[in-house]
Amino acid sequence: MLIREKFTVTKRYNTIAIALMVIGILAILGLYITHGAKADVHKQARFWGSLLQNSVYFLLVVNAVMFFICATTLAWGGWQMSFRRVSEAISACVPVIGIICGVILLLICFGNNHELYQWADPEKVKLDDSFQWKSGFLNKTFFAGWTIFTIAAWSLLGWKIRKLSRSIDDKPLTVEEGKKYMWTNTVWAAIFIVTFALTVMSSIPWLWLMSIDAHWYSTMYSWYTWASTFVAGIALITLFVIFLKNNNYLELTNEEHLHDLGKFIFAFSIFWTYLWFSQFMLIWYANIPEETTYFKPRAQGIYSGVFWFMFIINFLAPILILMSRGSKRNYTTMTFMAILILFGHWLDFFQMVNPALSKDHVPTMLWDFGVALGFVGVILFVTGRALSKAPLVAKNHPLIKESVIHHT
Amino acid sequence: MSASRRIWGMSVKKFVTGNFYDEAVLFPAVKKVRRAGYKIHEIFTPFPIHGLDKAMGLRDTSLHTAGFIYAITGTCTALGFITWALTVDWQLNFGGKPFFALPAWIPITFELTVLFSSIGMVLTFCYLCQMAPFVKKDHFNLRSSDDTFVMALECTDKTNEADTVNFLQSLGASEVQVQYKETGWWLGSYDKDRKRFERREAAAH
Repeated sequence: MLIREKFTVTKRYNTIAIALMVIGILAILGLYITHGAKADVHKQARFWGSLLQNSVYFLLVVNAVMFFICATTLAWGGWQMSFRRVSEAISACVPVIGIICGVILLLICFGNNHELYQWADPEKVKLDDSFQWKSGFLNKTFFAGWTIFTIAAWSLLGWKIRKLSRSIDDKPLTVEEGKKYMWTNTVWAAIFIVTFALTVMSSIPWLWLMSIDAHWYSTMYSWYTWASTFVAGIALITLFVIFLKNNNYLELTNEEHLHDLGKFIFAFSIFWTYLWFSQFMLIWYANIPEETTYFKPRAQGIYSGVFWFMFIINFLAPILILMSRGSKRNYTTMTFMAILILFGHWLDFFQMVNPALSKDHVPTMLWDFGVALGFVGVILFVTGRALSKAPLVAKNHPLIKESVIHHT
Repeated sequence: MSASRRIWGMSVKKFVTGNFYDEAVLFPAVKKVRRAGYKIHEIFTPFPIHGLDKAMGLRDTSLHTAGFIYAITGTCTALGFITWALTVDWQLNFGGKPFFALPAWIPITFELTVLFSSIGMVLTFCYLCQMAPFVKKDHFNLRSSDDTFVMALECTDKTNEADTVNFLQSLGASEVQVQYKETGWWLGSYDKDRKRFERREAAAH
């Protein structure tokens, strides 16, 4: 079979990516002029909230793709080897979006607007027992240090794992070398997973997102955020795989692999719902005022439309549409579902951030859309470049045959 | 002599069976057997072989559709019963919650959905595989549960026995045999039923 090893970035692809980035920059500028530059702190918070929501969401999504690589490496999951380079290319966005996100987070933390991170305001901490009690975790030094460490660790470990994958492109391995190679991969994937567990699955969503509602807390919050971004990450991989298939690349990937990606989207959509409901039901059942404040504006207040709409497209749509075997093997259905789920979890992040900032009305979502499109542009641009730099198939990987003969 | 006969309500047919030891031999054999127009009754293997169902041209199982129906039944049973019990039949005030306290019922609904679909699917699976307590079924070769793949070709009135045996042997099958077997399942004693059949067989020759 003839294999097109190299992806070439077409002019049209680059134009679209750059156009999207321009839209993003225009949206940020527009939002800055209409909100960020105003004297009213609430209006400013709208600007920072939008940047926070989008940058954190897209950073966690592209980083979840690296998690997917490491999890399958640890599990010796060979089925995904035929499109492994696609996942790697998406994860190459982590350093880029990481820097953008890190700058935004530090600006919010050290800036003068304390509407988002109220615990960063010394005046408020003085008057608030709860902030003083939490100051061991919620303080500027720890926030900055842990944020920088986390983003650096994700970027470096991801870079190392991508480098390992490319190191055998030009030399076929003997059985002994293959075993050694698998072991090295296992070790590095394990290091990444441990880092991931200590950051995305526990501390980072608490710091970056949950501390917007600093009085309220939920230990499930990080898990829930992770589930959200993991589904979206798989949806992103699916979109790129389908895009490359449509352009006659990835000859070794077929509907068997698409079927498994569909299963992942289906299963983790339900897993997301499980966590979403576990968090909701306990608070609903106990009915304690300091806990229900979080859900009051979301489930029953002005955000209820966004909240339940998000629930429908993140749970009901995947469970009903992706249940049958045929729909998971259908390129059109999968494209539609992947886009729907990326949007749905973006909406999830929207309702995580905004109710604390804009209590009396739901902000116009168009601006946030614009910013989101900018980040989509960044992902397209960086992933396209990364795809064109390495062969599309890791042909010397010990598990590649398993992927070629994969049956679902 | 007719290839299929009825003895005491059983439908016994004539088969040609052969053993295969290697997937790499089995798959081309399946292809050639189908192309030659033989009807594959079944291939018995000790473990699932990926892609064999496709190679044999089997249709997709209806087990998942059945599972979906069982699951929906479970959901409706749970929601319906709890709703009736707690809002109509015996209203109870739990911590000031409304009588129709949907979030509190979701876990039970989920459990019943899973319970109905799992038990229903296990029973359906047994039915589709013709397995049940006290039910007997013919085996073509007991080693098909140990170390060989056993292919059974169904013979019709027009099948030439010797040709079929030679054909299977040429495809790499060993221990090729002609067997008369009951295709369905029956309640009763396996040995007794076999003996009756064998006596009849001996008489026919």
